[in-house]
Amino acid sequence: MHKLYENLGKIIPLGEMTLQRANLAFITLDRRYLRSALHHLRDNEGYSHLVLLTAVDWIEEDVFQLTYLLSNRTADVDVGLRVMLPRENASMDSIHDIWPTAATYQRELREMFGIDFPNSPRVNEEFILEGWQEIPPYRRDFDTKKYSEENFAHREGRVTKDPASHMKELLYPDRGQ
Amino acid sequence: MTFEWMKIPYSLLTLFIVLNYGLLMTAIIAKIGARAGRRIGIPFYQNYIDLLKNYALRSKITHGYMFYLGPVFRLTGGIGLLLFVPTIYGSEMFSNLSFSGDLILALYFIFFGTLGMALGAGESGSPHSAIGISRGLSQVTMAELPLTLAVFAIALQYQTLSVTEIVAAQQGGILNWTLFTNPLAVVAAMLAFLGSMMRPPFDVVIAPQEIPIGPPTEYHSAYLALMQTNRVIFPVAKIVIYMNLFFGGASSWGEFAIKVFLLYLFSAFVGVAFPRFRVEQSIRFFMIWAVPIGILSILLV
Amino acid sequence: MKEELEKRVVKGPDGFEFTVDPLQDYYCAEAPKAHLPVYSKIVEGLFNWARAESIWILGFGTGCGAIEMRPLMTPRFDAYRFGVQWRPTPRQANLLMISGYLSTKTLKRAIRAYEQMQSPKYVVGLGSCTINGGMYWDSYNTIKKLDDYMPVDLFIAGCMPRPEALLAGFNELKKIIKAGKAEGANKYAENFDWYKANQKSVIKDWDMPDYNW
Repeated sequence: MHKLYENLGKIIPLGEMTLQRANLAFITLDRRYLRSALHHLRDNEGYSHLVLLTAVDWIEEDVFQLTYLLSNRTADVDVGLRVMLPRENASMDSIHDIWPTAATYQRELREMFGIDFPNSPRVNEEFILEGWQEIPPYRRDFDTKKYSEENFAHREGRVTKDPASHMKELLYPDRGQ
Repeated sequence: MTFEWMKIPYSLLTLFIVLNYGLLMTAIIAKIGARAGRRIGIPFYQNYIDLLKNYALRSKITHGYMFYLGPVFRLTGGIGLLLFVPTIYGSEMFSNLSFSGDLILALYFIFFGTLGMALGAGESGSPHSAIGISRGLSQVTMAELPLTLAVFAIALQYQTLSVTEIVAAQQGGILNWTLFTNPLAVVAAMLAFLGSMMRPPFDVVIAPQEIPIGPPTEYHSAYLALMQTNRVIFPVAKIVIYMNLFFGGASSWGEFAIKVFLLYLFSAFVGVAFPRFRVEQSIRFFMIWAVPIGILSILLV
Repeated sequence: MKEELEKRVVKGPDGFEFTVDPLQDYYCAEAPKAHLPVYSKIVEGLFNWARAESIWILGFGTGCGAIEMRPLMTPRFDAYRFGVQWRPTPRQANLLMISGYLSTKTLKRAIRAYEQMQSPKYVVGLGSCTINGGMYWDSYNTIKKLDDYMPVDLFIAGCMPRPEALLAGFNELKKIIKAGKAEGANKYAENFDWYKANQKSVIKDWDMPDYNW
């Protein structure tokens, strides 16, 4: 892992590395160097598999974090590249020419977070939601409970019980609390 | 030649017996298949309930006249096939409307139902029906060819086109059956039999799991009930022809019941043991195996 | 709206231009009718018995409950001995099982399938998500109360109910049908405007005709 960090650090300036396990590490980078890092990892280090491309909404710091998780199947090692984007008008270069499957992940992020990937194939088409008019729902400032209560009819009398205490009262009513 | 009007009620009686026998027999064969798979299976009267439920549906959607005529043609094919072939040999009552030359008519009626169904299903406008029809017609065309060749061989062998005379030539012991006097024709015809019984391995056209059920996609309520009625009459009628041509005919209802059951069970046995062929695979199967045997049987007569 | 459903001007092969509005021209715009039982009580009783003993389920697994329907086809639970079969097309089916949560995207397709079924037809809601939203009670995408959108004959509670619970539910449904109380299709036709208003309030991009015949 540290060797990988050194090798990668020779080409591009890197941020910090978080070593989660012996075979899983996360490296933070600036968005300008992402494509060269991906090319280096895929072509020279043997990380041939893009496992996933996902986003985390750090609303307190006002950034979106994009995580590109790559995997080296022969050595059984995973590395995640983290890119921080500002939350306003978030957009990032598309990587669908390096891995074609990234196009699907980018469609999902466009719909659910609002992160734009210009020139990615079919990125503006509706993917999971149909006819959605609010803000993208995975953002943390979208209140899903409020939306659900306002837009759907609920059945009255819905009760939530803690399973352990409920079953205890049912099966052993004479034992104390 | 005078026409005996008494034949009509007797033919209807034959039709009634065959309909009930078909409904019960298909349910029992389904039950046997289920028991072989360690299930309990459908009750033996389930076909009656399904028919009653379909006739009792309160609404229908029709796509035009041809859509309505599709099941009607199919049922006409089935009933026609039954009524023009003698069911019980030697019985004045149950020899239906057979005449000398009904062999060619039988071949015609076997194919007639499929064509009518294709017209009706095409009218329904569903793309699944259209694919199902193109598959079905190509497969049925290829599957009927060995039967036609076998029938030519039989006609040459017995020098007649009347089913009654063919049955008469097979009486007098088991070794007189066509099964033993012309086995190649029987082999070709039995392969064609498997191809047209709508069972695996040749049921890609009509199986429910295949591009929703192919031609009958848009058919429901009374239309479907007509087609289900045909689905019990037509196999029995076809087996009656096979029985008369190749296996010595039946001279009593008991013999009829046993022989029809065994022939249907033969196709069910093959059906539970094999997966489905694709259409081009089944066409290739018939072309490579069944048609040469049929041609050989004509040459050897 | 998909572009093939927009109103547009088409040039025919003989050069004649005409406007076509697919949703108006290609689909029937009538509202459904209620098909009331017309025969005498004994005959209707016989028909209801036949409908109860031969339930054909539409093979449309709308949610996670579809995984509880598959064991019913296997030898251990064997729903075929009760007369239950699965059919691939809504034209031939008379029971629609809403198995689990129903997102608004699936609700549009389930409505299309339900309206294409022929009367008399039944709906069974499986799982607590159809009853009160269940585990997804605060989700922005699933409906919380199934009988606002379709007339439901029976709810089977559970998350997911086991196959034995489904078989018990089929028995209950048979009792309801034999008593003549399963007239959901007529209820749908009589309160059609209310159901349609509810459906359109959650399905935001309605590009189907009002009733899919």
